[in-house]
Amino acid sequence: MLRGLWKLTWLEIKIFLREPLGAFGSIIFPVLVFVVLGRFAGGRITPGSISGAGFVRVELPVLVSVLIALSGVLSLVTIISIYREGGILKRLRATPLRPQTILTAHVLVKLALTALTMALTVLAGKRYFPIHAGFPIFGFTMALLISTWSILSIGFLIASIVPTARFAQPIGAAILYPMLGLCGLFVPVQLLPPALQVVARVLPLTYAVSLLSGILKGDAWSAHMGDLAALVVVFAVCTALSAKVFRWE
Amino acid sequence: MAVSEVSFDVSEGEVFGLIGPNGAGKTTTMECVEGVRRPDEGEISILGLDPFRDVFQVQNLIGVQLQQAQLQKRIKVWEAVDLWASFYPKPMDGNRLLEQLGLADKRNSLFMTLSGGQKQRLFIALALINDPEVVFLDELTTGLDPQSRRAIWDLVRGIRDRGKTVVLTTHLMEEAERLCDRVAIVERGKIIDIGSPEELVRRHCPTRTVVLATEDALAEERLRAIPQMETLTHQGSEFTIQGRGDDFVTEVIQCLSENRIRITDFRTVLPNLEDVFLKLTGHSIRD
Repeated sequence: MLRGLWKLTWLEIKIFLREPLGAFGSIIFPVLVFVVLGRFAGGRITPGSISGAGFVRVELPVLVSVLIALSGVLSLVTIISIYREGGILKRLRATPLRPQTILTAHVLVKLALTALTMALTVLAGKRYFPIHAGFPIFGFTMALLISTWSILSIGFLIASIVPTARFAQPIGAAILYPMLGLCGLFVPVQLLPPALQVVARVLPLTYAVSLLSGILKGDAWSAHMGDLAALVVVFAVCTALSAKVFRWE
Repeated sequence: MAVSEVSFDVSEGEVFGLIGPNGAGKTTTMECVEGVRRPDEGEISILGLDPFRDVFQVQNLIGVQLQQAQLQKRIKVWEAVDLWASFYPKPMDGNRLLEQLGLADKRNSLFMTLSGGQKQRLFIALALINDPEVVFLDELTTGLDPQSRRAIWDLVRGIRDRGKTVVLTTHLMEEAERLCDRVAIVERGKIIDIGSPEELVRRHCPTRTVVLATEDALAEERLRAIPQMETLTHQGSEFTIQGRGDDFVTEVIQCLSENRIRITDFRTVLPNLEDVFLKLTGHSIRD
């Protein structure tokens, strides 16, 4: 069955790249955002800086990573709902292919594309963010993949409940993007009103951002066990829930 | 509840059809046997296995073509066949299969560029890729033009000739008559009757109809004298005569020749499954 998994994963990557907007939306676009923002704010923001001043408090690599992860999740939501509506999931289900294999293949595709986008971003941003010796490229990529994997499970949950493919993109965006404002990227969580702080504490993105910026700063992984645990809990809960409510047709 | 009283056996090597109007429960019945849907109650055994408990074992042994299924829009024909082949331990040669189904020159085409008939042939290829013992075909010619339909019928006969068992659903009576060894008539989730198309016609529509044209003034009187005759109507010189029994047509011909009645037209109208369905349910299958 492993053979089926690799075939399906590879095939889904090829199919995704054939999609006219697919490659652009989830690979080229984040790279462009990074380059444009980098050019705009290039002199003012350096990796690892947490300057309270300036027009943003954003750490650009973290922002771009989160955008990459979210666009991956959104595209997963859309693809799963299109597959369900078109009967593709049902057709696959009538083969000895296990349902988990199909979902795993899609997660692998998204993780591979996330890693690819990340690599391209690093290459494209060389001029603004030269990769110096201290940049934890491996650790940061790992942190991004773990975060994406966790957020993907929210994507599954959304994909399990959206009624039709037409609603998938807007509903997904409406659920995912508000998280951006609260996750500590733009405003530190501590400075939010208490009620919103509570909300921020249950958003998985908050932990992803904390993990990503920590690793970027050069923190040890051991300092972020809490974030990791939160991301794993989110994954476990969302996966369990979506297994309960997932519809194949 | 889509299906409530359905019970049938399919023997090895036959083409078995579930026929009935849309929404009668044909697809639901088939999906329960395929292991895609779990029945609330009842017993199903396929190739000695339970389709739900042994679902993965069953799916290795059967081939399925689902109604209204799609593939990824941008998957190529060869990729789909290759992918499906990777799901099974002993797949058939995908290239040969595509050749047999007339899709060899479409190997590199994207799924979304295929015509309805080509898509349906690809789905048949996918259903056959594991060299299954039983093939399930759900409404496989719905929406196709008559020419593609005939081509697909030939393919199904080819599957049967290779010794496979075929279970199909259709709401086209012509399709059932041409392909099926036996059919089950499904209506509102129940099976009304099972048998070969000829059997069903003989059982439920024993009436034979003869249409003939004659100017002979005595024709009506002579024809009414045939013992098996039941009804006789005429419009101008065209007579429509109905009678019971296999010998009825012979009787009519004998009557005509004994009385030296000159006729200018003569044809018989045989009842078909369509008539059987009408008789059994009180409505036409298209309603």
